[in-house]
Amino acid sequence: MSTPPTRNSCETIPAHRGRVREGRTVKNLLVLAGVLMFLVWSYYGAEIHLSQLLSRDSFGQIVIYIKKLFPPDFSPAVLQEALKGTIETFAISFMGTLMAVVIALSIVFFASKNLIYSGLLYELEPRQGWKRAARRVPYLAAKSVLNILRTIPEMVWALIFVFLVGLGPFPGVLALGVHTGGVLGKLFGEVLEDVDAQPIESLQSTGASRLQILCYGILPQVLPQFISYSLYRWEVNIRVAAVLGLVGAGGLGQRIHIAISLFLENQLLTLILAIYILVTAVDYLSAYLRRKVM
Amino acid sequence: MRTVNSTQQYRLAEIRKVFARDQVALDRIVLTVCRGERVALIGPSGAGKTTLFRLLNCTLRPTSGKLWIDDEDVESLNGKDLRRTRSRIGSVYQQHNLVPRLRVIHNVLAGQLGRWATLQSLLSLFKPADVEIARQALQQVGMPEKLLERTDELSGGQQQRVAIARVLVQNPDVILADEPVSSVDPSLASTIVRLLIEISQNRHKTLIVSLHSVDLALAYFPRVIGIKEGRVSFDLETSKITEGMLEDLYSGNFRDHSMTEAISERVQSVAYPSVG
Amino acid sequence: MKESNPSLIRPSDKSFFPYIFTALFVLAFVDSWRRADIDPVVFFEKKGQEALWKFLTGMFPPDVSWNFISLMLRPALETIQISLWGTLIAVAIGFPLGLLGTHTLAVRGILNDAELQGAPVRRGMRYGLYFLARGLLSLFRSIPEFVWAFMFVRAVGLGPFPGVLAIGVAYGGMLGKVYSEIFEAVNYRPLEALQSVGANKLQIFFYGWFPQALPNFVSYTLYRWECAVRASAILGLVGAGGLGQQIEISMRMFNFNEVLTILIILFMMVAAVDYISAKTRAML
Repeated sequence: MSTPPTRNSCETIPAHRGRVREGRTVKNLLVLAGVLMFLVWSYYGAEIHLSQLLSRDSFGQIVIYIKKLFPPDFSPAVLQEALKGTIETFAISFMGTLMAVVIALSIVFFASKNLIYSGLLYELEPRQGWKRAARRVPYLAAKSVLNILRTIPEMVWALIFVFLVGLGPFPGVLALGVHTGGVLGKLFGEVLEDVDAQPIESLQSTGASRLQILCYGILPQVLPQFISYSLYRWEVNIRVAAVLGLVGAGGLGQRIHIAISLFLENQLLTLILAIYILVTAVDYLSAYLRRKVM
Repeated sequence: MRTVNSTQQYRLAEIRKVFARDQVALDRIVLTVCRGERVALIGPSGAGKTTLFRLLNCTLRPTSGKLWIDDEDVESLNGKDLRRTRSRIGSVYQQHNLVPRLRVIHNVLAGQLGRWATLQSLLSLFKPADVEIARQALQQVGMPEKLLERTDELSGGQQQRVAIARVLVQNPDVILADEPVSSVDPSLASTIVRLLIEISQNRHKTLIVSLHSVDLALAYFPRVIGIKEGRVSFDLETSKITEGMLEDLYSGNFRDHSMTEAISERVQSVAYPSVG
Repeated sequence: MKESNPSLIRPSDKSFFPYIFTALFVLAFVDSWRRADIDPVVFFEKKGQEALWKFLTGMFPPDVSWNFISLMLRPALETIQISLWGTLIAVAIGFPLGLLGTHTLAVRGILNDAELQGAPVRRGMRYGLYFLARGLLSLFRSIPEFVWAFMFVRAVGLGPFPGVLAIGVAYGGMLGKVYSEIFEAVNYRPLEALQSVGANKLQIFFYGWFPQALPNFVSYTLYRWECAVRASAILGLVGAGGLGQQIEISMRMFNFNEVLTILIILFMMVAAVDYISAKTRAML
């Protein structure tokens, strides 16, 4: 210390500020206490045994399990099966994402305000209440459909579609397509809603119809972002497609389920390696394509 | 604090700094700066002033050549010793380099970090230690009321003064400033330069300031070093600098009309002022 | 719509890329169609339509008897608890690994220049740690949380705990990667200033790095928590607690009205969590 330190810091702070700070501190402390209680409650509720996990017994079990995984089974039959599963997983994620794009594109234009009932394009529209209200109907309908599609997780959709169309990769494609369709619909809608208005304005002033404005003024602006989001969701979907098989929807997950149920740990490791390679490869491919597009 | 017998603050011998792709930023720099000296660095942008500044405050190491600080060879320094040496050198930057989301008091007390233990500095973020020191430093730069404000709510000139307050708290042997006034308005510029000079005089600290404005350099500093294309172009007492030298220093850089105008104007009007 | 991709490629790169891309795309499409057993006709056949009708009519009205809802209460709470501790463990894993995997902090840039120039051994060690951290993060996030859950069920037994661990590990990998991106995007100038004061790496981190990264850090962590709620709701499918188990049971028993009830509960939970995290973000 080069200068004599002065302690009692609180008194030196100007009075009104001190009060403000004190008020905030009490509130902060209350919030902190609440969060801590919440955490403790969760700790017991989720039956977490971190201490036990680190204890010799439990930790030993994990080590034994890891040991069982090695070495991975690289026999030709297993490798062939892993390869088949990998390609199938790829196919599911690919078709599922494409289906999602189709679903999102067919709904999203109804679900963005500036295209359907408000803003620049509708400035000069007669202000008849019922007409505007009628335009809101498809908007609200589209929004709620997207919400429902998005809120139900892929795995639940997969369960439903397995019931509807039977076992196999097809229900997996449908599950991915429907859920991701909702997600992409929301993302695309956000892109559409903050599209740059100037080109639209100038096109409108040339007398272009709304469809023409959509094709010439809006789509060229949003397409790169649409593609970028679709690729991003594809990266997510490849991971999901790898596990959809757990509920009977094909791909690597189905084989993983079998390997785990039959205690074939060495095969399991081979399949996990296959997932790792596939996921990493798709990440790189998607990143490369995104760079090309943006 | 250790006692130093030497009068030499900095000694640079044949310093060379090369960046990636063989960009030579500094070449064959030979310099000596004594304790308590006040030196201005001038030169066109891209001449290597900032690189020199970063060598002097031990942020970078020279590619070749020797740099002594207080007769200590910087090359041998590492870890704790390196940090101790850094803590004896205060730096003021062009863009004040404060952490925007922190309160002013933490930015000011950051000057203590070289002396504080890690845990102590972490605790201080929750309950500031040494409030009085921070307050005094802010008092000295003329804005004690800003102690608890968030730093990004201050104006550019105020932020630069916070940066100076941080150096005051750091209480180093040397103060380095890299274009401290090029992002504040002109009327404030001389105030800040005077503030730096005042601090170095009162506390007998070495002061090295690189300046965009030749005016300020010639007006306030007894010694001026011109740097061009990574080399020392001249290193003289202010009274011995001629218009020709300055023109030579900035030649090839005449696109910046206002600057050359300022140079010739200055050389004609300001004779050899001395600042108290 | 992806077919329109080639036209978006800037005309400046006159390569074969658009043609190769289109060819590969068509190939992948045709092959995937076949491999994924895609068969839209199913929905127009009698059997498919019957199943659809049975499902849709079976869902209504949802089962809102207290008997059933009280049964669901515990798994629903369990879902929240799993997501919370899963996210906490994910932060505990992702934060240190993300730090080590931040190259401006660990190996390059102005903060390391003076320390690593002419010190090949130290440089090598730093790079070793850096790549180790990056590799671990990549491994953690590339294996889906379901597979982690499966393995943890084997290792520590059934119940919510394997779910917590699965989310912790898988999300730890994702958080770590994004944290390192956030840390890298931080303005380095204040950090340089702190270093010149003589601060050590940790001090620079607490005084300069973390305060600047905080808003993005919190915001992304909250976003992951939202995802974790959805994930832990369905991890039960592999026996790792939460609502998932119940959905599967009801599905298999063809009790679609119960399925709808569970989905509504899930919907409300997700909405509540979204609301809490939006509030927390607004506080920053």
